[in-house]
Amino acid sequence: MTVRGLPLPSLGGISSPLRRAPGTPSGRWLRGRGPLHLTLIAIVILWSIPTLALLISSFREATDINASGWWNAFKDFNFTLDNYDEVLNQRGMGSAFVNSLIITVPSTILVILVAAAAAYAFAWMRFPGRALLFIVVVSLLVVPLQMTLIPLQQLYGEVQIDADLPVLGGRIFGVGSYPGVWLAHAGFGLPFAVYLLRNFFGNLPRDLFEAAYIDGASDLQVFFRIALPLAAPAMASLAIFQFLWVWNDLLIALIFLGDPDLAPMTLRINNLVSSFGQNYEVLTAAAFLSMIVPLLIFFALQRYFVQGILAGSVKG
Amino acid sequence: MIGRRWWAPWLWIGPALAILGVFLVYPVVDTVRRSFLEGGRGGGALTLDNYRFIAENPQSLVADPHTAIVNTALWIVLFTAVTVTLGLLFAVLSGRVRYEAIAKSGVFVPMAISFVAAAVIWRFMLEFNQDIGTVNAVVTGVGIDNPDTNGSTDWLRDTGSLQTWFTNAGPNELQGPIQINNMVLIGVGVWMWTGFAMVVLSAGLKGISGEVLEAARVDGANEWQVFRRIIVPILSPTIMVVATTLVIFALKIFDLVWVITGGRADTEVIATLFFREAFLLGDFGLGAAIAVGLLLWVVPLMVISIRRFQFQEEIR
Repeated sequence: MTVRGLPLPSLGGISSPLRRAPGTPSGRWLRGRGPLHLTLIAIVILWSIPTLALLISSFREATDINASGWWNAFKDFNFTLDNYDEVLNQRGMGSAFVNSLIITVPSTILVILVAAAAAYAFAWMRFPGRALLFIVVVSLLVVPLQMTLIPLQQLYGEVQIDADLPVLGGRIFGVGSYPGVWLAHAGFGLPFAVYLLRNFFGNLPRDLFEAAYIDGASDLQVFFRIALPLAAPAMASLAIFQFLWVWNDLLIALIFLGDPDLAPMTLRINNLVSSFGQNYEVLTAAAFLSMIVPLLIFFALQRYFVQGILAGSVKG
Repeated sequence: MIGRRWWAPWLWIGPALAILGVFLVYPVVDTVRRSFLEGGRGGGALTLDNYRFIAENPQSLVADPHTAIVNTALWIVLFTAVTVTLGLLFAVLSGRVRYEAIAKSGVFVPMAISFVAAAVIWRFMLEFNQDIGTVNAVVTGVGIDNPDTNGSTDWLRDTGSLQTWFTNAGPNELQGPIQINNMVLIGVGVWMWTGFAMVVLSAGLKGISGEVLEAARVDGANEWQVFRRIIVPILSPTIMVVATTLVIFALKIFDLVWVITGGRADTEVIATLFFREAFLLGDFGLGAAIAVGLLLWVVPLMVISIRRFQFQEEIR
């Protein structure tokens, strides 16, 4: 799959050669397409029940959740917003939501900007060591995060830069600083981002760039006026990926953000699981809060999401 | 004309190289160095003690590398095989109906949420109390009682093998990696990632010419033969890409295991062992050696991705 020029496929947007002509006589439903429909519906129900169970339970009274299954919810019909009130106001999920945004948005922007510039150079500029450097980037794609965490945690412990900035928790770099976490996420996200965008830029027609340079355009003009606008769909896919990646991360928050006041939602929920392991009224509401943004992104931008997955894996 | 001044390209890739250097390349090299140091800190003489500890497994009650390695291998094989198989099955089935997009969305949604949220969802689904836990309610509801408890199964702590569960062989007789709780954890991973495999394979399916399939059907091939002899061989490069991605993911699996079982009851994997050793017990040397072990598993995949990249460059 190439990203360029094609209309973005949604899930099932293109008609499939596997689809047979409709119109099987209804009398032969069971011998014909009946089992297919039943299987598919069963799969979708099976796959959706866990998430629906969580959603329904999060609106039930604490006493109900711990006494009867979620499937009784409609029989009793006793719903409440108390659980959300509790996790938002007493269990710190409100501030954790804000923290998740503070961590995720700058990390995403940083990765896209840095990766786009590098990818453009890798695709259209000539310099010594270009091929070798790009192979280094490609091999960094599969390096396990675990290979970096010990030295980085040590580095963050030794190099701590404090400043009087209330918005960043008072620290510019080191353990418990947001910029430190942004940079760490940027480092881990860059290989994929550079790889994806370089392939995209590399597939744009050469004439486009040559014509612009002959007309006297500078690198910056070509980059901002030609390359970036064409790359908008690819960058949207990348942004969604990077956003969800960082938003859903636990490991990096666990290691680089010691202070619970700075914790994103994943870290906060992890702590709630340790201290309220069986209090499902707290856990279900907290977990669903953390899912709202990813689910909104998923349903609103599904095309780009799918496109990103295809570009990242099939295309390469 | 592109890149007129020799230093111009370095301005473009400079930020990316700086971030990659500090946050990936330097830490990887330093982790290798620390893996040969006692405790992973300071100067001191180089030693193989950390690797010896992993090989000999002297304190398996505190830290059990052998269980972690076996479980990670199990994750790689089972998780990848089941996810690819289900993804392919769902892709083929959903490609044959008109509500394809909806059916796929249902399976795909779990990909957007965090492992932490998924962990909460499944702790709730797998709750021991059959009045609350959906899975136990269904299993005991249809009359299958666990031989150990004459009722619900403690899915996350049950180290018995699947076989004892089905044959009523008595409590936990056959211990080993094919434990009920490991199977359940891998199942949660499958629930989250089948959507990924399905979407990528489905895109591959749409690239297969309908004429080829029709020709086979006209020649008298049944649907299974069409699937086995035509669709699978044509899709095999895509299947390999999906499988590679899943293997890399399975190798590094951390959040899911950490939040659901914390690695207890013999569910430890390499990434949770790494985190426990390095950041809870503070042994950077052993932690680094474990991480290097992870890296060694990845090297073949790294070679494959570089080869794939070079191949693409040649055909470009």
